[in-house]
Amino acid sequence: MTEPVRVALPKGRLGEKVLGLFTEAGFPCPEALADTRKLIFENPDKNVCFFWVKPSDVAIYVERGAADIGVAGKDILLEYEPDVFELLDLGTGVCRLAVAGPKEFRDSPERTLRVATKFSHVATEYYRRLGRDIDIIHLNGSIELAPLLGLSDVIVDIVETGKTLKENGLEVFETIVPVSARLIANPSAYQFKQTPITEITNALKEIVS
Amino acid sequence: MIDERLLRSEERVVLTLRDLYRRHGYACFKMSKFEEYDLYGQNKDFLVSDSVITFTDTDGKLMALKPDVTLSIVKNHRDGTEQRVYYDENVYRISKSTHNYRELLQTGLEAMGRLSEFDLTEVAELAAQSLAAVSPDAVLTLSDLGVLNAALAPVESGEQRAALLGCLQRKNAHGISELCRTFGLGTGIGERLALLAQSGTTEIPDALWRQFADGPAAEALTRLERIAERVRKSTPVRITFDFSLVSDMNYYNGIVFRGYLRGIPAPVLRGGQYDKLMQKLGKSDGAIGFAVYLDLLERLTETDPYDADVLLLYAPDAPVEAVRAEAEALRAAGKSVCARVNEPEGMRFREILRAEGGGKND
Repeated sequence: MTEPVRVALPKGRLGEKVLGLFTEAGFPCPEALADTRKLIFENPDKNVCFFWVKPSDVAIYVERGAADIGVAGKDILLEYEPDVFELLDLGTGVCRLAVAGPKEFRDSPERTLRVATKFSHVATEYYRRLGRDIDIIHLNGSIELAPLLGLSDVIVDIVETGKTLKENGLEVFETIVPVSARLIANPSAYQFKQTPITEITNALKEIVS
Repeated sequence: MIDERLLRSEERVVLTLRDLYRRHGYACFKMSKFEEYDLYGQNKDFLVSDSVITFTDTDGKLMALKPDVTLSIVKNHRDGTEQRVYYDENVYRISKSTHNYRELLQTGLEAMGRLSEFDLTEVAELAAQSLAAVSPDAVLTLSDLGVLNAALAPVESGEQRAALLGCLQRKNAHGISELCRTFGLGTGIGERLALLAQSGTTEIPDALWRQFADGPAAEALTRLERIAERVRKSTPVRITFDFSLVSDMNYYNGIVFRGYLRGIPAPVLRGGQYDKLMQKLGKSDGAIGFAVYLDLLERLTETDPYDADVLLLYAPDAPVEAVRAEAEALRAAGKSVCARVNEPEGMRFREILRAEGGGKND
């Protein structure tokens, strides 16, 4: 038996959707959804094993070779630029990285724009391209709070429906990039497990296209 | 004769590779740890990492700790001469994971002069054999930037090219299609690039031959196939064609390659033809070379779970000569021996023996 393909899945709703795609593509693993303390779940018939990790850690597991493939949001790939192959757009977890702020906010190029975000790299690159002087305020959560309390002028964050923003008197000013879940692979694992990785990729492609 | 067990994995590999390169007529190139910063400042894109440790020398010159070896070697090349050199040197780069500078041991070789297909084959073969010296469970992926150049020829904008290359090196075929749509480029370009992104097999796919049926790209494919065939005959390493390999096209041209070892998550070998770098440095000769990143090999080292084979415990009043003789006898039997009065804390031994040479011990 050859080594199984190790798949890192993002914990949470997105991961469950993705596991559904794997199941539909012929790589099921019902045990992974069971209420258990197990950390690694195998499908010996298909020679794959799955494990759940924090969504922002998937790319790290794959880049460092602990997982051969994984599913990560495009936002994470743009922010951390891991050395991984991006094999497929799974078309799920669709949202966008956007600039948002209080409805009444009017930007003045005369002053430095204060930007609160989890995505410092993406935000810096975006404003660098625009030639805009900014002050990045890196936060790890509750980003929407920053402009409400005067910590920042605007935020750069993931926007799915925009409902949370609306409820807090915020609105989207600009979409930076559309985001969806991507199938990623470690470049070295790809060389040694190319046949099974390609099989999985093609089977998923059939489902999502 | 050196006992190989005493060497760290990268030291063992360096010795093997030195012998391999020397047997192919390559001479050892020894260089200083420092170089004038200008050399790197003017060729930043050629470096794996563009951060360089600098300091001001006593004469006011801005100096740098070498982040790369190739530039120093190429700088000293005399046009019109044939040079074949290898090196094993420490370089200083920022680690992507820790964001701190690290000292890394790198070995590799460079061939400079009027290079023929024989030379290109020999270097590709030495790259494969370098991987095999560490483990036969290795893959050498080959490409020729002539194919990529042909696919990108209709794209004039530098920004668009850079964006497409970014997707290509990540094998991001859907990103390529999206960009082609956004940039208003013909579907043909997208299809060709997507084909390159999806390559990575032991044969050049038929679809690729059809797309690049004539011109310099077809010649490049034919030459690459010939070279791969020759390399396959001389090494157990798996040879594949992967046209998504992207090296900076301002410096590289022609054949490029990358080497992987099972169990190591990043490429351990990178190289290719860099005639354009030679031209930038005012040389008209051609050049090809590769580097092996030895720091990555640590991952393959199996750690011995024991500090020594035998812990020989002796009583404080035991006759010195008797204990020494007993330890020597064990060493003569091929065992490593640590002789102590008490069991040392935090150390592990395969077996613990009590010295029979007299004395009281409880």
